[in-house]
Amino acid sequence: MLSSPTALLVAAQAAEVAPASGAGALAWLLFALPAFGAAVLFLAGRRADGWGHLLGCATVVGAFVLGLVLFTQALGAGPEQRTTELSLFTWIPVGALDVDFGLRLDPLSLTFVLLITGVGSLIHIYSIGYMSHDPGRRRFFAQLNLFVAAMLILVLGNNFVMLYLGWEGVGLASYLLIGFYQDRPSAATAAKKAFLMNRVGDVGLALAIFLLWTNLGTVQYSEVFASIGQLSPGIVLAVCVLLLLGACGKSGQFPLQAWLPDAMEGPTPVSALIHAATMVTAGVYLVARCNPIYDVSADGRLIVTLVGVVTLLLGAIIGCAYDDIKKVLAYSTVSQIGYMMLAVGLGPAGYALGIFHLLTHGFFKAGLFLGAGSVMHGMNDTVDMRHYGGLRKHMPVTFYTFALGYLALIGFPLLSGYYSKDAIIEAAAAQPGWRGLVMGGAAMLAAGLTAFYMTRLMLMTFFGQERWKDLRSTHVTADGSVEERAYHPHESPAVMTGPMIVLALGSIGAGFLLSANDRLVAWLAPTLGELQEADTGIIGHSAAVAGTLTLSALGVVVGYLVVGRRPTPVRRPEPVSLPVRAARKDLYANSINETLLARPGTWLCRMLVYVDNKGVDGLVNGTAALLGGSSGRLRRLQTGFVRSYAMSMLGGTVLLVAALLAVRFGTQS
Amino acid sequence: MNVSQNHLLLVLILVPLLGSVGVVALRANPGTAKLAALGVALVELVLTAVTWFSYSVSAAAGGTRFQLVFDVPWIPAFGTRITLGVDGIALVMIALTAVLVPIVMGSSWADKLPEGRTAAGFYALLLATQSTLVGVFAATDVFLFYVFFEAMLIPMYFLIGRFGGADVRSADASLSPKRQYAAVKFFLYSLLGGLIMLGSVIGLYVVSADRLPGGGTFAWADLQAMAATVPESVQIWLFLGFFVAFAIKAPLVPLHTWLPDAGAEAPIGAGVLLVGVLDKVATFGFLRYCLPLFPAASKSLAPLVLVLAVVGIIYAALLAVGQDDMKRFVSYTSVAHFGFIALGIFAFSTQAFSGAVLYMVNHGITTGMLFIAVGMVIARGGSRLVSDYGGLSAVTPALAGAFLISGLASLALPGTNSFVSEFLVLIGSYPREPVYTIIATVGIIFAALYVLWVYQRVFQGPLRGNAVMASVSGPGSVQSPTAALTGTGRAKSSFTDLDPREVAVLAPLVALVFLLGFFPGPVLDVINPSVVSTMQEVGLADPVQGVAR
Repeated sequence: MLSSPTALLVAAQAAEVAPASGAGALAWLLFALPAFGAAVLFLAGRRADGWGHLLGCATVVGAFVLGLVLFTQALGAGPEQRTTELSLFTWIPVGALDVDFGLRLDPLSLTFVLLITGVGSLIHIYSIGYMSHDPGRRRFFAQLNLFVAAMLILVLGNNFVMLYLGWEGVGLASYLLIGFYQDRPSAATAAKKAFLMNRVGDVGLALAIFLLWTNLGTVQYSEVFASIGQLSPGIVLAVCVLLLLGACGKSGQFPLQAWLPDAMEGPTPVSALIHAATMVTAGVYLVARCNPIYDVSADGRLIVTLVGVVTLLLGAIIGCAYDDIKKVLAYSTVSQIGYMMLAVGLGPAGYALGIFHLLTHGFFKAGLFLGAGSVMHGMNDTVDMRHYGGLRKHMPVTFYTFALGYLALIGFPLLSGYYSKDAIIEAAAAQPGWRGLVMGGAAMLAAGLTAFYMTRLMLMTFFGQERWKDLRSTHVTADGSVEERAYHPHESPAVMTGPMIVLALGSIGAGFLLSANDRLVAWLAPTLGELQEADTGIIGHSAAVAGTLTLSALGVVVGYLVVGRRPTPVRRPEPVSLPVRAARKDLYANSINETLLARPGTWLCRMLVYVDNKGVDGLVNGTAALLGGSSGRLRRLQTGFVRSYAMSMLGGTVLLVAALLAVRFGTQS
Repeated sequence: MNVSQNHLLLVLILVPLLGSVGVVALRANPGTAKLAALGVALVELVLTAVTWFSYSVSAAAGGTRFQLVFDVPWIPAFGTRITLGVDGIALVMIALTAVLVPIVMGSSWADKLPEGRTAAGFYALLLATQSTLVGVFAATDVFLFYVFFEAMLIPMYFLIGRFGGADVRSADASLSPKRQYAAVKFFLYSLLGGLIMLGSVIGLYVVSADRLPGGGTFAWADLQAMAATVPESVQIWLFLGFFVAFAIKAPLVPLHTWLPDAGAEAPIGAGVLLVGVLDKVATFGFLRYCLPLFPAASKSLAPLVLVLAVVGIIYAALLAVGQDDMKRFVSYTSVAHFGFIALGIFAFSTQAFSGAVLYMVNHGITTGMLFIAVGMVIARGGSRLVSDYGGLSAVTPALAGAFLISGLASLALPGTNSFVSEFLVLIGSYPREPVYTIIATVGIIFAALYVLWVYQRVFQGPLRGNAVMASVSGPGSVQSPTAALTGTGRAKSSFTDLDPREVAVLAPLVALVFLLGFFPGPVLDVINPSVVSTMQEVGLADPVQGVAR
């Protein structure tokens, strides 16, 4: 294999990667199990309606068990032996390009495997109850299994094309699940919007791959990372920015954030799994995975942190204005992923912290969404918090699990969010000079806003007057008539509350368990490098901690003062001040898209269709008519066509024969 | 030249041709005629499989340019010969044709025919088309290629002109002139291109007469061998003759306007062959004739082609977004896809070439499937217009799924066959042509837009649209379509889900979409050696050498 000196050199530079052995050789089952489940459920059709959900759960739980085995095996090995690769077959072989259908098992990918299959299993189980009345439950589990398979390929691939396969694969699953309620036009539109905005990001990812191939001649992680240092800073920066574009699309980061709140059209378990805990964190995974690339580009990292800062503020601001419980949580997700982006943008000082927050967020945000789903389940699928109120007495389990998630999210001391979010804020504040001030300050401010909007959500949902008593929900029935139903809030069945309780436990303990003895940081070190803590910022560590706690407490108090002390109007107040209006309109992101892209695009399409039908076609037809002498002749040609055709063929042949004879005589004489 | 003759390719041309005559002879009994035609197509498929396994990849890698060669003199006075042979590129195209024809026949089984037409005529024309297609791919004599290139117009002209336009429910009288118009337009464009190409064919002969010791020739191998000695100025003129013919056939913008008309009026089966295979003759021609015979001209004129290709990708995609007629929509998506193929061919790298060839195969499968799925919608609703439908996934979920799969393949989602080819084209083009590649890559956003936009309007949302409403009940009904079509007392409606015949037609295509999406290796192995030969004939080295392993 190693035939030339250059080959030896490259091989020596590449990180030593051992082939996977033992249970590692079965790692393909991780994604093959849910993929099999999806295929069976799609193909079996209505025949599988009775047992489809059970198969769907079994495949994901099976993958989780296998993930645990692989994790234990890696934990038992020394840090240097934790990275293994498993090449399954050659996917795309053309010349020097040799795309491997291969997996990379390392601390980073195994961490994600456990998150995806662990939270995935819980949410699959929850969905048995949540979707029990839905005639499309089998289709739902098929698509959810498809998602898990694609997401596992995304994190397990050992090269950029495998990443892309998973990347667009989760995009498809997301598209299908957002549009799950197919008869709702709004769901269909939201699904399409999500796919399109993701494709904008995908273009960035694709171009990054092309750039790496052009300059390094490979798409394999190990080879790219080993030789990235040879490239000029400009090219590395371009790769960083293009990868970030992909990350922004998938993770709902500025400027591609507008699809994520609309994605709440999907069933709530989808919002929990895909649009909170796993898929939307893929952008964070991407930056962390490509840490050798970002390591060599300080400018690239700076741009990542800026995107994170803008997004975490933007999400927190808009989150304060919505009355739709799922949209508040969605913007909260946008904001929290902004924190993760900020962290991984800090480079060696933050890669592991970003993953840390990603994990704890995966627990508490999934729990919050499942809680919201449980509320909706008991409230005729209503999402408007102004119709809620006083629900804690009617859904105690939901209330307590939700409350734990709430406390974790706002960073209540000793709960999981406190450890992970504060670590990011401290690391950001520790950046030298203005950077630490801006990043740390923004992150602290957003922590205060988070406390405010979550307190508002808690109070409007679980406390105060039972506003739903005097209200009715309206539903359109199958035959098109409109029906009103009274609210009868009730606790959800055990199959739903069970997963909520597990996730609530995670909200309590995950932060402490993962951060004690720097457990997670040390585990990730073989992939992400050692965590480099700095203390060069204007805001010191203790000031950052104190500031965050103070602002968060302030947020809770303001939230109580604004919402808790007086009855919540059932209709949202109008008119309102300019900032609230702007926040309700998503800070005009959709209006900007509409004005700059959608409307001119529609106009352009219409114009082009006209031009193509009249202009281009007319021109060519006109030329043809001219060549034929007149349009009248063209028409005659059309009517007596077969004869004319024979004549033309004859003419052509005669011409050919004459030419050949001429040439033949010409060469002979 | 009396090496052992291989008759396989000759048989592949003759079986459908003779079969076509036989089917016409059975026209008194349409049922038997259809079965006979399908039988012939299946025999051809088996023979093609034999051909596939007779082809030696290692021999091709060893430098054998053509295999399974058959060679007899034809018109000795002009030096024309009947020379047949295949390289990997021609082989995969012949295989694509052989796979598509039986599927097309199955999909046309229940088609309504225009007044006075028999199924026997339709199926005979399909077989005749196949015969000329095999010929055009197997010919290794330029004159023979020209003859097949022109001959394949004839059955397609009749397929569109005599059998087209019958899928729409409205008054037949107003339609006939339209399909005549489309057929004639198709014919005139193609014929014009063919005549220009004829000029270049003759020119090649004249040039070869000057340069080769044995006098003028049409033999591809001899012409290729002398290519390097022909001055660039001469090459450019000869190149343009071939190029215009191929640019019309492919078609490239701005010579594309015949295709939406032809695609809309053609019966679905003919449309699949037209867009899926017939148009690929042009991109095949770029690779077989333009590049190896006129290497200097190909390189100096590449920027022109690249501009047309990239403009086509964006322009046609935007037009596809704006279409209301579903068959025109499919036609415009194809024009956009041909832009990708042309980009790959004129970016001159192994990856881009292989990607372009694989793209030709994959496009035949995915667009064929999209066309067939569209046809199944039209067969139920009697209208081609997107705006006449809505919310069909509630009543025809399997058809919706098939449509979506073909659409996702069309937008080159990873895991589907088209991704592999589009990815290869783009990654192979980027090193030499970054600017054009970036524009083309942006085109994948528009591809997502046009596919999902049509899917949303036809299949998602509440049931709606004239075609759907009309199928539910007579005028004056107050029932909602959802209740009528999905409720317990389900109304009798033409909107039923896929029947077994339709499943049998779509299943092999779905299987191919995913099989070639994850395991393109066997096909790429056949293509690659011939692509390497083409690179050598062009005289360029790959821009990216890759890491040594």
